[in-house]
Amino acid sequence: MGVASRFILRRKGGKGWHWTDIVTWLWLVGGLIIMFGPAVWLVFSSFKTPAGLAEFPPSILPYVTQQATVQGYDKPLQLFEAKLPDGSTRVLAEVRRIGIMSQMVDPKTPGELIRVNINDRTPVRTLSFATENYTQPFVHFDFLRYLWNSVFVTVTATLITLIVNSMAAFALSKYEFKGRSVAMLIILATLMVPLSVIMVPLYSIISSLGLFNNLWGVILPTVATPTGVFILRQYMLTIPDELIDAARMDKASEWQIYWRIVLPLTAPALAVLAIFSVVWRWNDFLWPLIVLSRRELYTLQVGLSIYSGELNVQWHFILAMTVVTMIPVVLVFIFLQRFITTGIAGTGLK
Amino acid sequence: MGEIKLTDIKKSFGSVHVLKDIDLHIKDGEFIVFVGPSGCGKSTLLRTIAGLEKVTGGEIEIDGKRVNEVTAADRGLAMVFQSYALYPHMSVRQNLAFGLENSNMPKAEVAERITEAARMLEIEPYLERRPGQLSGGQRQRVAIGRAIVRRPTAFLLDEPLSNLDAELRVSTRAELAALHARIGSTMIYVTHDQVEAMTLAHRIVVMRAGKIEQVGTPLELYNTPANRFVAGFIGAPHMNFLSAEVVEQEAGKATLLIGGSHRLLVPIAGHELSVGDKLTVGIRPQHITLANDPGSLTVKVRLVEALGSETVIHADLNGEKLLAVVPGQRQISPGDDAHFSVAGAPLHLFDGNGLRIKDK
Amino acid sequence: MSTTTNTSRLGSLLMTPVHLLMRIVDVPLRSLQKATGISGMAAFFLAPNMLIFGIFVLLPLVINFVYSMTGGTAFFLAERNFVGAEQYSRLFTCGSYLDPMSCQEDAFWTAVGNTFWFVILQVTLMILVALVTALILNRDLAARSFWRAVFFFPVLLSPVVVGLIWKWILQRQGLLNFGLYQFGVEPYTWLTDRNWTFVATIGVSLWAHMGFYALILLAGLQAIPKDLYEAAEMDGTKPARVFWRITLPLLMPNLLVVVVLALIRAVQIFDEVYVLTGGGPGTSTLYLTQYIYETGFASALRNPGLAAAASILMGLVLVVLTLIQLGIGQRGEKKGKR
Repeated sequence: MGVASRFILRRKGGKGWHWTDIVTWLWLVGGLIIMFGPAVWLVFSSFKTPAGLAEFPPSILPYVTQQATVQGYDKPLQLFEAKLPDGSTRVLAEVRRIGIMSQMVDPKTPGELIRVNINDRTPVRTLSFATENYTQPFVHFDFLRYLWNSVFVTVTATLITLIVNSMAAFALSKYEFKGRSVAMLIILATLMVPLSVIMVPLYSIISSLGLFNNLWGVILPTVATPTGVFILRQYMLTIPDELIDAARMDKASEWQIYWRIVLPLTAPALAVLAIFSVVWRWNDFLWPLIVLSRRELYTLQVGLSIYSGELNVQWHFILAMTVVTMIPVVLVFIFLQRFITTGIAGTGLK
Repeated sequence: MGEIKLTDIKKSFGSVHVLKDIDLHIKDGEFIVFVGPSGCGKSTLLRTIAGLEKVTGGEIEIDGKRVNEVTAADRGLAMVFQSYALYPHMSVRQNLAFGLENSNMPKAEVAERITEAARMLEIEPYLERRPGQLSGGQRQRVAIGRAIVRRPTAFLLDEPLSNLDAELRVSTRAELAALHARIGSTMIYVTHDQVEAMTLAHRIVVMRAGKIEQVGTPLELYNTPANRFVAGFIGAPHMNFLSAEVVEQEAGKATLLIGGSHRLLVPIAGHELSVGDKLTVGIRPQHITLANDPGSLTVKVRLVEALGSETVIHADLNGEKLLAVVPGQRQISPGDDAHFSVAGAPLHLFDGNGLRIKDK
Repeated sequence: MSTTTNTSRLGSLLMTPVHLLMRIVDVPLRSLQKATGISGMAAFFLAPNMLIFGIFVLLPLVINFVYSMTGGTAFFLAERNFVGAEQYSRLFTCGSYLDPMSCQEDAFWTAVGNTFWFVILQVTLMILVALVTALILNRDLAARSFWRAVFFFPVLLSPVVVGLIWKWILQRQGLLNFGLYQFGVEPYTWLTDRNWTFVATIGVSLWAHMGFYALILLAGLQAIPKDLYEAAEMDGTKPARVFWRITLPLLMPNLLVVVVLALIRAVQIFDEVYVLTGGGPGTSTLYLTQYIYETGFASALRNPGLAAAASILMGLVLVVLTLIQLGIGQRGEKKGKR
């Protein structure tokens, strides 16, 4: 422990505390709380019952007030730990509340009513995870459907992105042909055309193609990403041309050169693009919101936003489904963080 | 068979003419070396023969068939690249097999050819390794092996030894010569190193600025260089060039003035020289001897490199640099005056355009 | 060793059908190559990308101009009537240019105003916070990659998730009120207060994207050669002076890129705000993209032409920003070459 804390609290030069050391630690610890806190709060909240969610002040962990069925009462009664006038504490069930007094009954001897001041009793609570928040939406709502739609869109779009972009990058990096610089210029010029600028005409194109209310209408506009072509091309430029010449001498067709030589050698860049594409497509919101108007076609993001926008928000379900939506991205983050951070630092794409 | 005939080959990239009217006839089984300074077009010429570059003009024939429009894959040639260009993601065996599989060869024959080539090149222990796990010399062997298994009509080698260290280069050079003797196929070899050219070639093609300067056996080039460029390029250290003036002329003989004062009588055959003509005299450093005779060239010694078995003397003759390589160890130091004798040395005479003046 | 060969064997087994497929694909492609030659194959490789790109990016870009000059509620161009510059003049008809409420399209100008202030405040804060974070992460920290991950974590979350997380925290019975309650502050409904929702959208987008910019700046900081700092130390330079005279000038190219990138992204703010506040209460957090979306699709009186006109205006702003960014990039490249 001593070694660990000495290691963690290591300071610049190993000398006394400089004011920058204090700022650093305040910033880091504050950052840890602010960055992770909300997500942790979300996860804990997602295991609370609707009653637990409505509580104020809220508890951090999901607690449930214990209830007991008492003979002579139809409904289950809430259990409290009550301090009696004689100074002893007993577990009692509340029958009703009148003003500041509570009428209580001992579950073991249901006959006798005991009056207790409400300030003298505390609810008996146990830690309980409301896993039905997770199971119910899959059964009663269409969340399984949404999950499937999201997975389908993400996987299909990523595969097409990889194939189509790598083919284009191959053409733009390993061939000399007329119009190459024009093609590069077009891609460069539209590098920054965001969806928000073209959504109205894009919608009309999608509808004319009959892709409105179709998952392919979500997938196709996203797959020809200029950024993807760019990172792959940059990487392919580092593959020596002699390798391609050697393959041509070895009687390889151009398709074989692409598939058997260039693609395997571009694997690191393809991995980066694949990771980003998965995150992009999984997180897409505005475009699916426009294209998909039938409930059974919603992706998770659209479904979540629609349900959370309803008048009677069922927060216990929404929170649980938010956690489910978050899981793949968190997994990607945990296992592939290094890939992503170097990818961003190297290319500035997000 | 591997007979290659180039007729009037031209190649230009835009307005840059890289190859100009190349004519060359390479005989079957010949080991021919293209040599020249970098940028002379020798690699481009090799790549046009390979089919990796299209010619702008002229004709390429392999075994009597015109192949201008035939793709690299279908010319039946194999190439060893300067960087070896081994596929980094494939094992050595897969590297060797790739070309054979592409021509749909039966698996058994592929395996047989790989075994044979691996034995010949002693790369059997590395067959399952990736190129990244091999040393430079081993990679070089694999690159040659990839060409051998194809059993090509001719081998094209683009500076295959330039990525090896000096010692390995010498031994691999000898192995390459032995390999050629064993296989007997035509080999076309590109290098900028004239020692490699001299040791390996049946015939050397000296190139400069997209043109062939001279074609001949190594000794032909050494003994009778066709022009000043070839004379300077072949042989190490480089040939000395001294400016000379014709002061007397008679039948079959001429007297030249070099170094401002020294007179030199040279035989001239079938060449008209007149008094006052400016010439260049070429003398190989190895052909200069030290003399005590005051009648010889008197030079100022600038630098002495004692190599043990021989001594290299950098000297100055009336403002012109002169290099001599004399055998053994000599007591001589910079600043001394020395006497260089060229008596009996083969002299190479070049006219104002740098062309050889024939002496016989 | 054996496990790696096993996994690679498994991998090659899985890839066998794919390889087979590629061999089959190769047959017609070889004949195509025979017909077109090697350079013709370049067109083949480029075609799918260019086709998709053309249909879903270039074509809409062109059609957008046509849209902005037509009227009606129909989406099919054939059913729309030409109105010239009417949509633009509608956007620009105002009683007074200082008061958005006096304009015919008051929602548009409200959105423009909101977006303007959002961009100014968010980008300023973003750069400051990201710069401080990057500087701190660039110090000699133990477990630096862990700390980097901490600040980067929200970047990958989907905007919907981000919006919901914060919507939940800003609830009346949410975490923020809980925290304030500990200090005796009464619970407050933050998301129904016009001023606080605006602040909330800035804070939430800051939370979600700061790590991205910090990461780029950190990469820039790490690219500064260590020997410069050592030389400065040998000269006895004070740390503040080192920051102003060495760190900041050398970081400037990255900083400029980050500023422009942040501007471009901030102008398009939509997703997380839409989930968090829905643009409300009232129009207090109505930003441009949401205005375009609602004008084009969501509102009962949809007007795609007007939405197209507004999106073109927004596109112009983005083009200017992009050109600035490309200019910076090129200048940086030239510097690098020298």
